[in-house]
Amino acid sequence: MKHITTPISDDAIRDLKVGDSVALTGRMVTGRDAAHKWMIETFIKKTRPPQGDDMQVYEELKKLLNGSVIYHCGPVVSGVDTGEYKFIAAGPTTSIREEPYQADVMKHFNVRGVIGKGGMGAKTLKGCQETPGVYFHAIGGAASFLAQTVTKVHGVFKLEFGVPEALWVIEVKEFPVVVTMDSHGGSQHAVVDDASKKVLEQLLERP
Amino acid sequence: MRDLTQEIIELIRRTSSSLPPDVEKRLRESIEKEEPGSAARGALETIMKNIELSRANSTPICQDTGTPIFQVHYPVGWSTIQLKKQIRAALEEATKKSFMRPNAVDAIYDRNTGNNLGGDDFPYIHFEETEGEDLVIELMLKGGGCENVGRQYSLPDNSLGAGRDLAGVRKVVLDAVQKAQGQGCAPGILGVSIGGDRGSSYIKSKEVLFSEMGTRNKDPNLAELEERLTKESNEMGIGPMGFGGKTTVLDTKITGLSRLPASYFVSVSYMCWAYRRRKMTVKGEEVIYD
Repeated sequence: MKHITTPISDDAIRDLKVGDSVALTGRMVTGRDAAHKWMIETFIKKTRPPQGDDMQVYEELKKLLNGSVIYHCGPVVSGVDTGEYKFIAAGPTTSIREEPYQADVMKHFNVRGVIGKGGMGAKTLKGCQETPGVYFHAIGGAASFLAQTVTKVHGVFKLEFGVPEALWVIEVKEFPVVVTMDSHGGSQHAVVDDASKKVLEQLLERP
Repeated sequence: MRDLTQEIIELIRRTSSSLPPDVEKRLRESIEKEEPGSAARGALETIMKNIELSRANSTPICQDTGTPIFQVHYPVGWSTIQLKKQIRAALEEATKKSFMRPNAVDAIYDRNTGNNLGGDDFPYIHFEETEGEDLVIELMLKGGGCENVGRQYSLPDNSLGAGRDLAGVRKVVLDAVQKAQGQGCAPGILGVSIGGDRGSSYIKSKEVLFSEMGTRNKDPNLAELEERLTKESNEMGIGPMGFGGKTTVLDTKITGLSRLPASYFVSVSYMCWAYRRRKMTVKGEEVIYD
């Protein structure tokens, strides 16, 4: 088990290989479907003019994400009415939906790690090589267990996206993940997909 | 009519935080099949820890508390209008208590309603009048990750060489498992429906998931296909979370429907390992939870 603290250096990222178990500590930001679409349209492709507090949030995000980690997660949070936020359940969501956006977000904000589940595709893998960054796979569905590693909720941006889709700034301690895509072009997901496809072809031939 | 709102909140709490024992047993058994020290085994061990923690703390097993699917079997004399109101009130309250995540999003205006109630159709409630005397409410929580990897095929499917028979059904189901990879939170449970129209076929593929693990279809041909599909799915080596490994599918359940001469649909609903389904039975004054 490797122990890594955010922000993560280039060397620490290049040192990570597919199959490594990692315990992550430090500050990170949750972001999923609505957040990725909003970041791309408003700040990267600029197809949508900034509205409301967009530019203030952008300045904050640039600092928070630089060298840090985005977590694909839509948590269950208590204290939404009072502002005394606590993560109750916080496992990863399926990452592949961010495939059109992820590499551009990584490069724009210098994001070194993406946590999610199910893995991502060729475009993100290339983004991991260029940034450099890695994909950290968390255990899908292990929401109560993973919420216990969230020691503090610093705050939230874009709560109007709804609790699951908002960008939550959190502090984690020894958040367990496995590297399944690295900055050298390695992807466990591509390996398993190819191998299972070959088995499927054989199975389809069976009477 | 009796107000069951509090009892339904308890049903929701149990469903979200306490995995049924038959599912937990299957998951525990699968640990031994994975190599010591492998990512697959590590995933299953974390899953077991999470199941225990969720039950002890009444917290959601998975943060995606999914689409709440209610099946209500009611004896003559109960009002479905009242029951629907009570179920909706219970869901709203359970969401305030953090047993559920606010999960209903207006698809047109992209707004989360914040209380888990969306229009008239969220949560999904199916009412069935029965001849018995007990009121039975079943609940399944099906997350979006596994819902997204569900598939529907229209046979014949030339690309897979699948014709309109059980051999063809086998081929398309295996294809669905390969395409799902680990994205539906493997190890999963397959609900398969053969026939129907596009809508009824998908609904049946979920309804069949209300039965216990290992329940085999009474038709020996379908029972055999269920066993075979589970075994062959596991030969693909996708494994827990898609890390690679021996346990990809824990069980397969198949059901058949009448079809039109022109149509032959096969629908595959993939259920994640967090196979949350619970039941409450109202027997006279007593309320019994499974």
